[in-house]
Amino acid sequence: MTEKINEDGMKIVYPREQWCIACNLCEVACMTEHSRTKDPLRAYLIEKPRPVSRTKVEYLPPVAVSVMCRHCAEAECVEACKNGTLTRDEKTGKIELDRDKCLGCWMCIMACPYGVITQVRKEEKAVANKCDLCPDREIPACVAVCPNRALVFEDRG
Amino acid sequence: MLYKNPYNNYFDYVVQRDMDKCIRCKDCVTQCSYDANFYDEERDLIYSLDSNCVGCMRCSTFCPTDCIRIVRNPDTFRINANWKDNNVKDLYKQAGTGGIIITGMGNDKPYKNYWEHMVIDACQVTNPSIDPLREPMELRTFLGRKPDRLEVNKDGDITTKLAPQLVLETPIMFSAMSYGSINYNVCESVARAAKELGIYWNTGEGGLPDTLYEYGKHTIVQCASGRFGVSPEYLNAGAAIEIKIGQGAKPGIGGHLPGEKVLEGISRTRMIPVGTDAISPAPHHDIYSIEDLRQLIYALKEATRYEKPVSVKIAAVHNVAAIASGIARAGADIIAVDGFRGGTGAAPKSIRDNVGIPTEVAIASVDQRLREEGIRHQVSLVAAGGFRNSSDIVKAIALGADAVYIATSALMAVGCTLCQQCHRGRCAWGITTNDPELSKRVNPEIGAERLVNLIRAWSNEIKEMLGLMGINSIESLKGNRDRLRGVGLSEIELQTLDIKQAGM
Repeated sequence: MTEKINEDGMKIVYPREQWCIACNLCEVACMTEHSRTKDPLRAYLIEKPRPVSRTKVEYLPPVAVSVMCRHCAEAECVEACKNGTLTRDEKTGKIELDRDKCLGCWMCIMACPYGVITQVRKEEKAVANKCDLCPDREIPACVAVCPNRALVFEDRG
Repeated sequence: MLYKNPYNNYFDYVVQRDMDKCIRCKDCVTQCSYDANFYDEERDLIYSLDSNCVGCMRCSTFCPTDCIRIVRNPDTFRINANWKDNNVKDLYKQAGTGGIIITGMGNDKPYKNYWEHMVIDACQVTNPSIDPLREPMELRTFLGRKPDRLEVNKDGDITTKLAPQLVLETPIMFSAMSYGSINYNVCESVARAAKELGIYWNTGEGGLPDTLYEYGKHTIVQCASGRFGVSPEYLNAGAAIEIKIGQGAKPGIGGHLPGEKVLEGISRTRMIPVGTDAISPAPHHDIYSIEDLRQLIYALKEATRYEKPVSVKIAAVHNVAAIASGIARAGADIIAVDGFRGGTGAAPKSIRDNVGIPTEVAIASVDQRLREEGIRHQVSLVAAGGFRNSSDIVKAIALGADAVYIATSALMAVGCTLCQQCHRGRCAWGITTNDPELSKRVNPEIGAERLVNLIRAWSNEIKEMLGLMGINSIESLKGNRDRLRGVGLSEIELQTLDIKQAGM
């Protein structure tokens, strides 16, 4: 864990706590984006397994903040992962998660200082689940949906 | 419902939720600030307590699957043309509480709206219209006293000493809303927008927070009967000073910011202890005549070295023309006339709905009177109270206003849905609340952008309307009542507005 979040100036999602209104739309958008059907109704009500949001609105009024993977420069999860499920992409600086490799030992969940790794069902097993910055989208879903600009997609160097 | 007195339990709205579309995201639950939506974990269900719903539509607009409808409560008293629903409900409320009914926003009763009975002229064949996209169109407006005559020297320079003027890039300003009645984020949104647009916002009677002094050049600082936040620094920070005599929503009465709303920042800005009620008396206790008003006007001018115009804001009442004439003679540079559709953060409902007159007729009669007395040039006239769109503004200017004040429409630009709960301090849209959790619902970045968009859109429409009248400057529209015609007005109404019947 380090304050300097990434080294090579990649864009990640930054929460702006002072504007988070706990509307949970980032969670809905994340879940929808990572669903099979890309439809919130189907994602929630029909799809099995139900997709799990990779961001979580931490809400203790009046404080609210949406927290997702920080893509730490010194990532505890990568250190903790025993079999290379979690790796750093040296080119982009992004922390990648290979679901096929994940054995479900949950050391990453233990190690993550932000508590942003969750579990999701993949066929018969449960695997780790975390923000992948929406590779299919120009702007991550949570940032695009946020009605109060409490999430921004920026390169802060 | 439980524990509520049944007589007070007639409610207006119902939250309908299509459970087939509800994804339990709890958005509606966190967004409702009136405790109308609940999540039951045991049953995994979201349900609503309709009697708490105020119809602000925060939940339905935030619902990601559009599963919520806010509908009028179909539950009805026996139909009675005399005893309307609100008469009955208000009576029950008062029988239960013994209190005055307080409400927010402006008069919502179906009084005749004169804007809707005036139409605008256009050029055809005999005089050419102007295309504002191709030709220059001037909206710049100067507010302040104009000289009786202008002297120029041989080089063409003006030698007459000119009174200080406010320069507006478009004839629209943000009307007085105090810090406290609206929260800091909304104040900042309005201030930022005013700066970007080259217009002015008004502090209301709540003083100017330290951190907004940087917007001073675009600020009109108000001096009201409570004198909250008034200091030499404050007076000198603004571009103009406004003496608030009255407010359209509640002419003749004062204001009351409840102690619960007086938090740290507001206490510092208003210069009163935290938690104390901020009560603005009904009259200024040092103004009981035009002569007294003159003293205050000149005291304020003296305090600011005669560098700033002084405005006097009054509510539009029956004798408004004579009052305005007195104010002009008392030395005011600007007179703002606030009609009865103007908003408020809190006012007794009986007053909001029954006291005062529409701004349309007030502006027409004030402008007429000042012209007749030959003192129209000594003051600028600002119309306020219920402007909904650019055509209302064009009509107001044609009736004789120099510029207009908007506030309700400005709040709507940052989210207000006119639910009239401003007085409760729980605004779900984060506007008329100082609750830190609710206040952050207005992000000034977005608020300012939306305000700028609105004023730009209206300004463009005003340019279009000037163009079709063949006018290329807003100055030429001022008091140009020949450009208006009345539709569906009686002879005495036409006479009061001093416009002709359509077809004539």
